[in-house]
Formats: sequence, structure tokens, C-alpha cells
Amino acid sequence: MEESIESAFWQEYAEADNPFAATKCRCAGYDVYGDLLDKVNWIEYLYLLFHTEAPTAQQVKLLNGLAVAIANPGPRDYSVHAAMAAGAGGSTLASALMAALAVGAGNLGGARDVYQALLVWERCGSDFSQWLPVLRHWQEQQQALPVSTWPAPEHPPGFDPNGVSCPAPVRQTLTYLADNTIAERLLWLRENRYQLEAEAGLPLAFSGVAAAAFADLGCSPQQAEMLYLLLRLPGAAAHALEQLQLGPKSFPFHRHGIDLDNDPGPAGGEAR
Amino acid sequence: MKTPLAAWENTWTTRLGAYFPGERVVLRGRDLFTELKDLSWIGLLIYGITGNIPDQKSVRLLNGIWTLATSYPDPRIWNNRIGALAGTARSTATLGVSAGIAITEAVVYGLQPVLGATQLLIDVRERLDRGDELADVIARRLEQPCDDNNQRRLAALPGFGRPVSSRDERIAPLMRLAEELGFAQGSSVSLAFKIEETLLQSGRSKLYLNVAGLMAALLSDQGYTPAQQYQLCVLCSSGGMLFCAADAAAQPQGRFFPMRCSSIKYRGKASRQWKTDET
Repeated sequence: MEESIESAFWQEYAEADNPFAATKCRCAGYDVYGDLLDKVNWIEYLYLLFHTEAPTAQQVKLLNGLAVAIANPGPRDYSVHAAMAAGAGGSTLASALMAALAVGAGNLGGARDVYQALLVWERCGSDFSQWLPVLRHWQEQQQALPVSTWPAPEHPPGFDPNGVSCPAPVRQTLTYLADNTIAERLLWLRENRYQLEAEAGLPLAFSGVAAAAFADLGCSPQQAEMLYLLLRLPGAAAHALEQLQLGPKSFPFHRHGIDLDNDPGPAGGEAR
Repeated sequence: MKTPLAAWENTWTTRLGAYFPGERVVLRGRDLFTELKDLSWIGLLIYGITGNIPDQKSVRLLNGIWTLATSYPDPRIWNNRIGALAGTARSTATLGVSAGIAITEAVVYGLQPVLGATQLLIDVRERLDRGDELADVIARRLEQPCDDNNQRRLAALPGFGRPVSSRDERIAPLMRLAEELGFAQGSSVSLAFKIEETLLQSGRSKLYLNVAGLMAALLSDQGYTPAQQYQLCVLCSSGGMLFCAADAAAQPQGRFFPMRCSSIKYRGKASRQWKTDET
């Protein structure tokens, strides 16, 4: 009995001499190698894979801008740092990206933060009065949620709990992305940023800008989470490769950085 | 406003432990090479998570759960499949097992049902302590909507029922071990079987206790918190994945259930041409 896979966007036709090799692949009805290959750019194809429709010029501009803005969070970012730790020790390159995904998946400015922010956009839209209880009482609301292996979010999604003010790159990205005819939520976020930050007591983060952009692109919370994971990988990859060349000696180790509260001392074990 | 990060820049204060290069290792206030040297690996796991040196019965229980219930040598099981796919695709076993552990945090099996079952037992006990009837508590849980926005959610009664078959073959061997160790009559284990009995009496014939529910009950009776139970189980399926990765690596490359093009059942948009002015 032939087992099957169902797909609403991917179709293959077999080569005449081999049922296990495709002679034609269609993505949402488009012939990938016979039609799309010399017509679409990567961002258009990415959009097509997720939405099964061709993007408009405004959607391409928005997704492309976002992809550039978040492609490299930089070597201090925990997800990139994780990839670099793999590079420092000479680990497999796949493990570097897996490390970046694992660390960059979380609630603190990671993909789960974006997912949570999309849920807020779905619930509150561009209605400031709806955002107020979210920003003021986020932690209490989280305690009522079903049990999950995800840690309960500790701050309103899309804001930086360790920030002081909204950094220039976040503001620049918001300003650029909001300059788009489809950027309804981004525009609202730009116009209301000060009030939202004041209510949250926290500055806006990249994840908050990204979430608004994904909402304007019509992404579901899960699509947004997945795209955020994917689009932040290039920087992690490049930094991991750089660290692979540099090796462990030029990578932080914090040799005297552990402050152990309960150290029994060198003779502790024997003396006890 | 000042950044809170500056105070943490050079120091990580912890009671977990540290390695003193060339000298010694401390784990939760004890010297690894002198005080912890005789612990089994499972014993070290329990100590590292709870901070308490476990007795032999507790070690045997967790070891038994890992041995009997969590590392099947079957590459069709979703997390094991990652190991097998890594092997057949000639990736490394470490990558396959790492990714396999990651996907074990699933909704229909694995870590989320264990954690969900732990919480279910806590919730049900709270309701019973308040005087509610078990049948009513269960009925209310089953009535709660569990689908929103097409998100995959835990079952209404995690720890009961199974995706592939209704009876869980691991219950009997695990209960034999629990009997031997004197853990078969714990309050959470008894409650889990009472819930099963109530479900079956109410006509829900497929909602037998599954191993996630029994693991949660046994571990709850040991006094582990929900978070500790989750942590104790994070690595528990790694053996099966590793076996499957090694097995597939020893067979010809790319032979693990290859799929032909016609096996993709397409139900999407009809054939069409991209217009260059489309965007």
C-alpha cells in the first residue's frame, strides 16, 4: 500500500524512468523550475510558499525590508551567540544553526515573542483601549493560560524588558517599514509608540516591529513565528563561520565569571 | 532609567555549580569527584535537577520509566524517525538525536502530555478536595473547547487516550515495577486509575490511561514539581532515536521508506503561469 503526504501547495510529477525523481514541481500551481526560476526573486518565492499566492509589490517591499532588518541580530544577541559558541568549539555547522534556532525561539525577543505579539494584534487590532489591559496586566493574564512547556511570558510581547529606550535601529526599521500602503498596523505602531511604551513601561523591541509587519503581511501567529526563526538565521550563520575561523581563544569564556554561592572549597568533599 | 544589564555583565551568581579548571567540579554544593562519584547517571540527573541525593528506589523508578516507556527501537515513531532520517541521509547521530529530542516536545505525545497530565492530576485533586464529584470534574474538562485559531492544543485530558492505539502496552510493565518498589498505591497513581475507571464507565472506551499519565502520576508521588518532572523527562527518549540513527546509518543510504512523487496528494491551486508584472 502506498502511503501518502497531503499538500495544498506542492505537487510533483515523476520522471518517466524513475518514480522517485521529480520531472516537474509546482508550487501553488506555478512550475518552479520551468517558470518561476527566472522570474521570481527569493522574497517573492518565500511569500508564495507561505501564502500560496503571488505577493503584491508592496508586500514584497515590506517582507524584503523586514528580512534585511532582522537578518543579523549581531554577535551579542543570544541566538547568534549560540551559533558562535558552536563555531568557537569547531562544532558541525548544522548544530550552529540548530543552536541559533533553539535560543532564538524564546519569549525574550525571540520567535515566541513574535507569536505572542501576533495573538495580541489579533485580539486588539489598532484599538488603543484594547492594548491597555494587555500592556498593564500581561503577567497576570499569562497565569490563567493552560500549562505549557514554554515558560510563561514575563513581559508584554514585542517590548524589551531589559531596555532603557527604543534603540535607533528599531526606530529606523519601524519608520522605513511603515512607509508602505499596506502597513496599517506598522503605521499605527509608529504613531502610538510613545504611548504604548509608556503603558508597558518598556521600549519597543525588534520583535514588536516584526510582529506588526507580519500582521500587515497577513501572517498567522504560527507563520510569523516560523518566518522570524528563518529570517534571523543568516547572521547566525555568518557569525558562526567567522568564529569557526577565529577559534575558542577569541570568544568570551568569563574565566572568573562564576560566583558560586555554595562552594564547599577544595577540601569540601573530604571534609564533609 | 538605567540598564539593569550592567550589574550582570561580568558575574553569573548561582548555586548550581562550576568547574575549576584542572582542579575540581562542584554540583549543587557537592564535589563531583568525591561526594557524587558513586551516583548512577540517573541518580546524578535527579540530584542535578532537585538538589537532593535520591534513594535507590527513586533511581530505579526513573531508570525503569526511561527503560520501559520512552525509548522504543521503532523508527516509525515521530521523534525516532528524525534519528532514522539523519542516519539514512548520512547526517550525524548527534544531530539526529538532538533534533529528535527537540521534536519530542510535542502535543500528541512526549513532553507536553506528561506536563499536561501532571497539571491535570493537580487540578482534579483540587476539585475533589473542594467536594466536587470526579465524574463532573471530568465531564467539565471534556466540555471545554480545545481548538482555537486552528492551533494544535493538548487533549482535554492529557495522559488519557492514544493517537495510534487505545491501550498502552507500557502500563502493565511499569506498574509491575511500581509494585516491586512500593509505589503502586501512591495517591496520584490511584487518582489516575480512578479517572480512567470513571472515563470507561461513562462510555469513553478509548480513553485509557496512557504512559504519559502514569509517568506523571508516579513522578508526582515522588514529590517532584511539574517543572522537575518535565526536566527529568527531557532526555528520556534519546535512546530510541540513537538506536534508530545507528541502524539507518548501517543500511544503504537513502533507503528509509523512500516516497515516490505520486505519493504527494496535491489539493491546491490549479496549474498557472507567473506573470512578471504580478508583483
